[in-house]
Amino acid sequence: MFCRKHVFGSQSGEIARKRLKLLLVADKTNCSPEFLEMIKDDIFAVVSKYLEINSGDIEVGLTKAAFRGETDYVPVLYAAVPVSRRLVRGHFNAVI
Amino acid sequence: MSEVIVITSGKGGVGKTTTSANIGTGLAMLGMRTALIDTDIGLRNLDVVMGLENRIVYNLVDVVEGNCRMKQALIRDKRYPNLYLLPSAQTRDKSAVNPEQMIKLTEDLKDEFDYILLDCPAGIEQGFRNAIAGADRALVVTTPEVSAIRDADRIIGLLEAKDMGQVHLIVNRVRTDMVRRGDMMSVDDVMDILAVPLLGAIPDDEAIVISTNQGEPLAGTDTPSGQAYLDICKRLLGEDIPLTMPDGGRGFISRLTGFLKRA
Repeated sequence: MFCRKHVFGSQSGEIARKRLKLLLVADKTNCSPEFLEMIKDDIFAVVSKYLEINSGDIEVGLTKAAFRGETDYVPVLYAAVPVSRRLVRGHFNAVI
Repeated sequence: MSEVIVITSGKGGVGKTTTSANIGTGLAMLGMRTALIDTDIGLRNLDVVMGLENRIVYNLVDVVEGNCRMKQALIRDKRYPNLYLLPSAQTRDKSAVNPEQMIKLTEDLKDEFDYILLDCPAGIEQGFRNAIAGADRALVVTTPEVSAIRDADRIIGLLEAKDMGQVHLIVNRVRTDMVRRGDMMSVDDVMDILAVPLLGAIPDDEAIVISTNQGEPLAGTDTPSGQAYLDICKRLLGEDIPLTMPDGGRGFISRLTGFLKRA
């Protein structure tokens, strides 16, 4: 996935995918992107007490997923919070 | 045991009618007694794609209103004697039929047919509600475009709200070359976003245009899309056909990719 991005110039497929994800979250939750911003800010406030993180890196969204052998998809709030590289050795593993 | 399947999409022009015609033809090829019903009242098209437009005498509204018997309205396919079309009315509108009448119509057909395929109109209004009323399961057709996928997502939500049995996805018009250079969402991307199991992916294929021009669906022919449609039919019958991705998606056997490369 990553190398493709560097080899080829245009990546409109990726742009489409990102636009669509945002669009569907807004459609489904009937809540504005600002609502997700608020969740994001609160997650940042809490997690930053324990780990070195950058608020701009946090990704929050709603998706659907099937859990442990279930065939039904349920709505899921996901949050990806990248932590500072400096934490990867030692401390990071202990926390996670 | 017969099964009623609705083919829907939300957005128009993504290939619902073409998909209906080809799945109907494929199932008939595989020996199933199949009825195709065009539920798009006022804008009938399935008859043209099937090449049966000159044989229409009665239509769906005539059957519902009791102007004729079901047998009089059903048109036998040119090539497969076990395939029939119930055409839609061209001069009426969606309000001519209600969901209860559609349920009765599909129930009546269950005695005679193994598969009853409903070609759904675009949109989410009454035509859509009529089409899904009698269906046991749904096939949602989309293309790898933002607008089509957004509408598919809405339709999937509505189908789930109506307690539709199984809902499967068909990704139509996949361009291998564009996916490879990153200018089209892959089938995997579409599946990830819609979170509905995939029944098959159809490559964008000139042969489809030719087949529609001629009024002869191409399911089962030696074309990339013809094979993809036949595979979908076999999966509907419960055969374990590996998913072939026109875009060579991760983790799947991509025989079609090889075929497209040679072509």
